[in-house]
Amino acid sequence: MAAIELRNIVKVFSDKRRGRDLLTLDNINLDIEANDFVCLLGPSGCGKSTLLNIIAGFEQATSGRTLVDGRQVERPGSDRGVVFQQPTLMPWLTAIDNIAFHLKLKGVARAERHQRAMEFIDLVGLRGFEHHHPSEMSGGMNQRVGIARALLMNPSVILMDEPFAALDAQTKLEMQEELVAIWQKRRCTIVFVTHSVDEALVLGNKIVVMTRRPGRIREAVNFDLPRPRDITSPEFNDAKRRILSLIREESTRLAQAS
Amino acid sequence: MTSVTDVSPARPTFRLTRAFQGLERLVVPALLIAGWEAFARSGMLPPALLPAPSAVLHALGDWVFGFDETTQTYSGHWLRDALASALRVFGGFALASLLGILAGVAIGWSRLFEKTLEPTLQMLRPIPPVSWIPLAIIWFGIADKPAIFLVFLGAFFPVLMNSIHGVKTVDHNLVRAGAMMGANGRQMLTDIVLPAALPSIFAGLRIAVGSAWMLTVTAEMVAVKSGLGYVLWDSYYFLRYDIVLAAMISIGLLGYLSDLGLKAIMARTLRWQQTTTVQGRAG
Repeated sequence: MAAIELRNIVKVFSDKRRGRDLLTLDNINLDIEANDFVCLLGPSGCGKSTLLNIIAGFEQATSGRTLVDGRQVERPGSDRGVVFQQPTLMPWLTAIDNIAFHLKLKGVARAERHQRAMEFIDLVGLRGFEHHHPSEMSGGMNQRVGIARALLMNPSVILMDEPFAALDAQTKLEMQEELVAIWQKRRCTIVFVTHSVDEALVLGNKIVVMTRRPGRIREAVNFDLPRPRDITSPEFNDAKRRILSLIREESTRLAQAS
Repeated sequence: MTSVTDVSPARPTFRLTRAFQGLERLVVPALLIAGWEAFARSGMLPPALLPAPSAVLHALGDWVFGFDETTQTYSGHWLRDALASALRVFGGFALASLLGILAGVAIGWSRLFEKTLEPTLQMLRPIPPVSWIPLAIIWFGIADKPAIFLVFLGAFFPVLMNSIHGVKTVDHNLVRAGAMMGANGRQMLTDIVLPAALPSIFAGLRIAVGSAWMLTVTAEMVAVKSGLGYVLWDSYYFLRYDIVLAAMISIGLLGYLSDLGLKAIMARTLRWQQTTTVQGRAG
């Protein structure tokens, strides 16, 4: 059984002001195996974030079935950790309290919350900053807190919606490396949305290329280049060429159609 | 030759600038008071109609400490008068804060409350609190109650409006993050929406405490026989403009102090926000 099963997912947004419907996701079928690091790759507006929100339970598919660990997704829940594009931390809580927020909601005592959160503070390299508020930390540090917060819930899948998009190039590289290290250490299932071919190839062992609106799955490519990946190696470039040609074919097809 | 480490000549200049920065805010008030004193002493107006600042200070001093009974029956009674007003402000403000936050959060959070409660409250809001005075007097008589009622009316709506606004503008993604971490409906309200709305609620409380002082003085002028507002109005009947001005200064001072107190509570509660505050440019 796959960790995530998407069956005939269709999402139509009704644009009430213009009185028309917008087909955003058109018949998505996808199986994501446990411990996979899957990158959903596609241009802006292809519905990749919508697909992630459907798995997270933030949005409902117009039709089709979404199963996580064999259970139908109906609402958000702590079995699916989400890392948002913006860190989306509670600004009034310190780093450690943000990470342990899930435990607070479950009624765990403060001392135990902090003790359990410290492991994740260390995991994302924020020791010494555990009592800082989000406003006192950089974007990259806040995003680390966001990742730690999702990991602490020990979810069966982690859903990430372009979490590094707002970071500078150098921080982005560091964070990508750390994420891969965390994934290798903790063996979890990650679905990572990105519009960057490089990012998808650095991170994923499966890359799902999506088409422009309406979003469909163009192709799911397995990519097992050993890690750490050298982004200048011939193998990396071969894979990049293959993915880019998939995307280019798509653009040409669209150009001809119009 | 000057070395790089030789910074000592710069220091006194720096200290002088600092000292001047402290003084420069006093320049305008000092000029105003000096001009007023000179004008009052010039005899262009009878001293009874425009008392000099020194006379006002004298009246205030006697009102507070009762040293020579220039303020006659009020001599030495300032604390009692100030306390009477402050208690009314506190009573009405506390009631308004409690109900304003409760109703505001309910309206901002629940569509049901928004539909049932909000239209009525918004219709009551434009009615000036002062216009309730006749009703307040026949309902509550001449005592503390009508004043507290008026203070409540003046303070309630700023708290209400800002609480509604605070809850309605909570970042949608914070709510999503809460749902992701398994928050139930009650936790969503107490652990996410309420803290997120606090800055806005505090802004409402600060406006409200100002309105509270305005209304307690208004109420004391017509519906109560004690407090700073009563002294102000009573002194006007006896043409004691020095006491009128002393009362005005007292009200301004107490209002300012209540705002300072509220600001201190706010700074403690919203400590997480402080580092993001944009500091004004010095100089």
